[in-house]
Amino acid sequence: MNAKSASPSPTPASPPSPYSSAFARENAETHTLSVLVDNEPGVLGRVVGLFSGRGYNIDSLTVAEVAHESHQSRITIVTTGTPGAIEQISHQLERLVPVHKVTDLTLSVRAIERELAMVKVAGKGDARVEALRLADAFRARVIDATLESFVFELTGAPRKIDDFIELMRPIGLVEVSRTGVAAISRGPKPI
Amino acid sequence: MSKQMTGAEMIVEALKDQGVDTIFGYPGGAVLPIYDAIFNQNRVKHVLVRHEQGAAHAAEGYARSTGKVGAMLVTSGPGATNAVTGLTDALLDSIPVVCITGQVPTHLIGSDAFQECDTVGITRSCTKHNYLVKSIQDLPRILHEAFYVARSGRPGPVVIDVPKDVQFATGTYSVPKNAQHKTYRPQLKGDLGKIKAAVEMMAKAKRPILYTGGGVINSGAAAATLLRELVSLTNFPITSTLMGLGAYPASGKNWLGMLGMHGTYESNNAMHDCDLMIAVGARFDDRITGRLDAFSPGSKKIHIDIDPSSINKNVKVDLGIVGDVAHVLEDLVRLWRAEAHVAEPKALDKWWKQIDEWRARNSLAYKASPTTIMPQYAVQRLYELTKDRDTYITTEVGQHQMWAAQHYHFEKPNRWMTSGGLGTMGYGLPAAIGVQMAHPDALVVDIAGEASILMNIQEMSTAMQFRLPVKIFILNNEYMGMVRQWQELLHGGRYSHSYSESLPDFVKLAEAYGAKGIRCSDPARLDDAIREMIETPNAVIFDCVVDKMENCLPMIPSGKAHNEMILPDFGDDIGGVIDEKGKMLV
Repeated sequence: MNAKSASPSPTPASPPSPYSSAFARENAETHTLSVLVDNEPGVLGRVVGLFSGRGYNIDSLTVAEVAHESHQSRITIVTTGTPGAIEQISHQLERLVPVHKVTDLTLSVRAIERELAMVKVAGKGDARVEALRLADAFRARVIDATLESFVFELTGAPRKIDDFIELMRPIGLVEVSRTGVAAISRGPKPI
Repeated sequence: MSKQMTGAEMIVEALKDQGVDTIFGYPGGAVLPIYDAIFNQNRVKHVLVRHEQGAAHAAEGYARSTGKVGAMLVTSGPGATNAVTGLTDALLDSIPVVCITGQVPTHLIGSDAFQECDTVGITRSCTKHNYLVKSIQDLPRILHEAFYVARSGRPGPVVIDVPKDVQFATGTYSVPKNAQHKTYRPQLKGDLGKIKAAVEMMAKAKRPILYTGGGVINSGAAAATLLRELVSLTNFPITSTLMGLGAYPASGKNWLGMLGMHGTYESNNAMHDCDLMIAVGARFDDRITGRLDAFSPGSKKIHIDIDPSSINKNVKVDLGIVGDVAHVLEDLVRLWRAEAHVAEPKALDKWWKQIDEWRARNSLAYKASPTTIMPQYAVQRLYELTKDRDTYITTEVGQHQMWAAQHYHFEKPNRWMTSGGLGTMGYGLPAAIGVQMAHPDALVVDIAGEASILMNIQEMSTAMQFRLPVKIFILNNEYMGMVRQWQELLHGGRYSHSYSESLPDFVKLAEAYGAKGIRCSDPARLDDAIREMIETPNAVIFDCVVDKMENCLPMIPSGKAHNEMILPDFGDDIGGVIDEKGKMLV
């Protein structure tokens, strides 16, 4: 007898993959997480290892000590994933023993995001003039100059830096160094 | 009270102050000062294992059977790397273990010194937390903090890596007043508003089910008592994961048996068709859910868990309650008593009738044989002959483990030690040693397979040295049975390297260690042979020669839903049940 059982309620129509969970079909979003941690050896390794070990993305990551007396560092991570995955990432970060607090700045508050970039541009003649003119429009400062190159320093939202880099590309973009995003919430309260 | 002492002495002192009476370990160059400190005292008993993996599983067995933190001590380099499997096992099954590892002296760290490895780097992803002690001043705090972290919240393994110069250094030891971590505070009480909402959902449920897991055991004896109370108050059916067996008694009338891949027909169908699922200290593991998008499609789900990351990880739930099981159940039972009752008792009666129909399917049945011992029969007989004793069961991993879970019935928590999450072959014997150390007068049986047992067979020496009368009950089918079964299911019965070639003579092997060996292949003689095993005051290896090709059923094949089980009378050919997508899964 074929004992493959039939149960009273039917199974939903055939799905794309047995792996797929409820989250998988949702759209990926980019979120900025602020993570307060004890500044102790290995803490960054724990955070980064969690992302690689569980297959999450890191778009950018910045870290520095923000309170010397209490030895606390603030890590700002920009990550991309489905809302379900982002929620998991927050909870998994909270599980790490040296992590004090995880705030999803994209979810909870309107946050200010800033990034610093140094952009090296090489060129002569009109290109140099054009580069300077655009830099002025973006309030980028010249922090190094030779007869055939500039290094611009630019601070702003990541999008603004993207735009500036795109404009510099045809003029003679050589290389870019970016710090990654630091973020803070608006208003009087801490995160 | 603070005292001057060396780092090595501090370690032993902290173990005493933490109430550790037994530590499992293996010496080596980088832990010699600690072994010297152990030599000079008699409060902490050291059990010398034969491989560091054994130390970890023994500590797990000790912890799981007592509810206390297990302790282990290994040397640097290979000592630490050998412990990694056991630490990972403890992480996946949420077992509290503190592992002290020796490290080369501070000034040699990073120089590729003899027996140096990056222990904190290697164990970062297989521990709940780990420490490298760089200064003797930090050692007392870290030692006590480690125990706090290991046992608090969702328990897990913690490694303390102590360089040899720190072990020799002298410092001031005192028990910290507040032996907590400065910030780590897991939430114990559940949100009362949410618990109220849960009570309301439960009162309205027509087809409820309690799905419980290892979290109930971890939460302690009070949690199991409250769970039993909740079941008797509500008359809800209850099933459990592999890790949660014993939290609710198998003899209880609401018990549906284990659920999941090798769970019963009634529990899996009840999970699939319920209208309210109450998950208590369980984590929706893939062995439980089967195909995720067909998992219990029509139900509302409540999830009680101490780990916020477990909630909505694999399955989206309607109500997540973060908190310790005992704390949450206490409020839940109190609120239920105060105001709630099943709104539609008739619907619940109808649900029970449906469940009884599934039960009548008798999904754990098997074809008995007068000439060959069927593995299920062996476990059943073992159960009948040991159930009235003070018995603890450990297992290895594979078919025998599932047969043990199906056919050995547990009435109390902490009686069942098995490697659930990681599925570590070689777990059972060292775990049994840990259990026997904690319960010297109890009957401790490792239900084993002939392949698994060979993975940590060296621990027989440990059992003999410490006169631990553990019983190893091998269901010997001369195959890595679960591998063979999956090859039958997925790979056309091409049994690639799953035959246990060149097995030792287990009776002679037992005798070589100085233990007793018993072999039985005749079902008519089995009871007598099991009695002989039980009555032997020494360690025993019981070679139970069982049917070679028996499959472990029922089974939800990979990639299938709870209501698509293979039942025992499916027929001889189980190949071809799983489609191409299912074959990709594990």
